[in-house]
Amino acid sequence: MAERTITRAELSEAVYQEVGLSRNESADLLELVLSEISTALAQGEPVKISSFGSFSVRSKGQRLGRNPKTGEEVPILPRKVMVFRPSQLLKNRINDGLSKTAQGRKTTT
Amino acid sequence: MTKSELIARLAELNPHLYQRDVERIVTTIFDEIATALSRGDRVELRGFGAFSVKRRDARLGRNPRTGQSVDVSEKAVPFFKTGKLLRERLNTGK
Repeated sequence: MAERTITRAELSEAVYQEVGLSRNESADLLELVLSEISTALAQGEPVKISSFGSFSVRSKGQRLGRNPKTGEEVPILPRKVMVFRPSQLLKNRINDGLSKTAQGRKTTT
Repeated sequence: MTKSELIARLAELNPHLYQRDVERIVTTIFDEIATALSRGDRVELRGFGAFSVKRRDARLGRNPRTGQSVDVSEKAVPFFKTGKLLRERLNTGK
């Protein structure tokens, strides 16, 4: 089984199938979910989705980097980054799923 | 913000929807992402970020308390890479 990339289209289709809103409204709601999460994070507020994981913002201090091409030293300014911590449940789901597909692969080859 | 606070906020912005439906929307989205990852698929949400699965080889670990070596079997871990737009928003606060 080739690795696929899931996008907004598949997620909003799932919302459409599951909830019975129109396709347009399903897409709008997905967008709203993402934008509400983004806004909370932009304000520095962590977002916890139970049974999925949590997103939080971490501040990084200034450090000295190097331009890999020229070898020149350049300061990397202090900045904020986002970290995602998957829940134990999500980690388990992924490992259970992958051990199944790995077995499937063995029997088909 | 927790999942229930997110649901409450979405319900407030969409007074024409039942709270029950808003809950199902949020649950469906995260469940769909989790299902895709457990198939080994990637989930790419432009502007927000991308979820993927990274494989970690089996290794010989050590119990830090006793120093005894233990087998750590091969495993897969979910990974999230922040999208460009969100990364910029984190630093401008908007």
